[in-house]
Amino acid sequence: MKTKVAIIGSGNIGTDLLIKILRYSETLEVAAMVGIDPKSDGLARAARMDVPTCHTGVDGLLEMPEWNDIKIVFDATSAKAHLYNWKRIRQFSDKRMIDLTPAAVGPYLVPAVNFSDHLEALNVNMVTCGGQATIPIVAAISDVVKVHYGEIVASIASKSAGPGTRANIDEFTETTSQGIEKIGRAEKGKAIIILNPAEPPLVMRDTVFTLSEMGDKEAIRENIRAKVKLVQEYVPGYKLHQEILFDEIPASNPVLIQGLGYRHGLKTSVYLKVTGAGHYLPEYAGNLDIMTSAARATAERLVKSIQS
Amino acid sequence: MHPIGHQYTKEQVKELAIALDRAGVDAIEIAHGDGLAGGSFTFGFGAQTDWEWLEGISEELTHARLTTLILPGIATMEDLEKAKNMGVDSVRIATHCTEADTAIQHIEGAKKLGMDVGGFLMMAHMNSPKNLAEQAKIMEQAGADCVYVTDSAGALLMDDVKDRIKAFKEILEPSTEIGIHCHHNLSLGVANTVVAMQHGATRLDASLTGMGAGAGNAPLEVLIAVLNKMEVSHNCDLYPLMDIAEEIVRPLQKRPVRVDRETLSLGYAGVYSSFLLHSERAAQKYGLDTRAILEELARRGLVGGQEDMIVDVALDMIK
Repeated sequence: MKTKVAIIGSGNIGTDLLIKILRYSETLEVAAMVGIDPKSDGLARAARMDVPTCHTGVDGLLEMPEWNDIKIVFDATSAKAHLYNWKRIRQFSDKRMIDLTPAAVGPYLVPAVNFSDHLEALNVNMVTCGGQATIPIVAAISDVVKVHYGEIVASIASKSAGPGTRANIDEFTETTSQGIEKIGRAEKGKAIIILNPAEPPLVMRDTVFTLSEMGDKEAIRENIRAKVKLVQEYVPGYKLHQEILFDEIPASNPVLIQGLGYRHGLKTSVYLKVTGAGHYLPEYAGNLDIMTSAARATAERLVKSIQS
Repeated sequence: MHPIGHQYTKEQVKELAIALDRAGVDAIEIAHGDGLAGGSFTFGFGAQTDWEWLEGISEELTHARLTTLILPGIATMEDLEKAKNMGVDSVRIATHCTEADTAIQHIEGAKKLGMDVGGFLMMAHMNSPKNLAEQAKIMEQAGADCVYVTDSAGALLMDDVKDRIKAFKEILEPSTEIGIHCHHNLSLGVANTVVAMQHGATRLDASLTGMGAGAGNAPLEVLIAVLNKMEVSHNCDLYPLMDIAEEIVRPLQKRPVRVDRETLSLGYAGVYSSFLLHSERAAQKYGLDTRAILEELARRGLVGGQEDMIVDVALDMIK
């Protein structure tokens, strides 16, 4: 029997997640699609696909006949709304919450890096789209050498950034930076996000720069490639776009990193491209795809670990 | 900051700020070239932190307002609050010319801090006058005291500037100021600034010798000379500015700030002026022509902040 889940949030992310689970999941069933706008496209789609819907937010969800059987709740609203949603959901100890907002109430979870660390957590946070794309790379380098500094640039198509993202750019940069430190294990993390309005829209790009101690370049390269394969298991459109580059920052000419001081060592540059699966938004929206794919993978692995 | 790769020492910044203040400049912006928190592999690390550059400046100023720059997506409100606590009471908040709504959070936040706020619509040549004015309206409604036409690529011609300023005038409240920020890539930095002023811009950006990205900004000493000849009233003294330009600023330039083949290509192709040094380095490293890289960056529609993509583009070009 499939595990019943609810999705709160009927915007781009919630709707893309809905489509992914309905079409492809062998272990999850969407038992409720929850929004706050009865006219939203996401709720209309859910209704067309015979998914029970509610347009009165988490309060309405708790009144739905399906609520008792739901085991996992995805939150695809906003950081602010998540605080309220979690306050309501946490009263039910048999429910797990997977948070796709940058609220970061629960521990950060990047499936390719630390899934098994949080099997018991009632609320896990999916960091950000840029975090899902880049933290695995920083973590792969940290497996080999001590990383002083991890910097990432996420470029996304303007069309793929919904109102929630636009109103909360700081939450993206802050949450991603913290994820680089906590999960990527860089001493200092920095995240940059760029919205590009080009037509046709540009596919999501992510660049990772790290400054680490000098180390075995071949081992770093191999570890990054292996990590890319792990991410590809749940995000097929995730790819290295260029060869991994190395530069040496000599002790005689160190760089001044704000909040860290002068550092030297090995600079590693990794250029990634994330092509979306084209479910709710077209293929350029890799940012959407990597978030919903990571959330779906987390839920499916959770179900598997609970059942075994 | 850009022509010297953000390598000013804090002593140089202080010396210049005091000299500009004494010469009657109304506002002085201090930050990494890509705004607060711009120090990075992507944009280049500074010789000092933002806080080292800003420290002890506000106390020295007798006339000029101390201002700074942030780009949402790079710096956060936390950075701005820190600057505010160091005596910065004015800020320019910059977005690409179509993405004004990503700055609402910061404009509102800066107003709550009691700061004077300028909205900075970069790469203004990539949006029509009407649509650019609508973006300006979003910034005004968030609380901006002034909105700038920011010609980051130095690609606007004089009529293009006129049309954008007029579109702003039509849609913005009379109490909202209009600003102009030019780059000199087509040698129109001063001319475009004057055109903007003649159509209602009251905040005019300029820097000594044009010290700024690409072929530089409108050169301040030249602009003041022109304004003097036009008998426009302002607070600046021309000769001290000419002296500081020659004696302090020009000797700092490692790469000359001028219109040459590469910087002209920025304006001609419509590329973010700060891409210049990054593109020249990539051209040298991968045996490519700088102009060819710049044309490819324009073809792909890359916007300010995408400096990381310059090496990526160069690697694609040699594939």
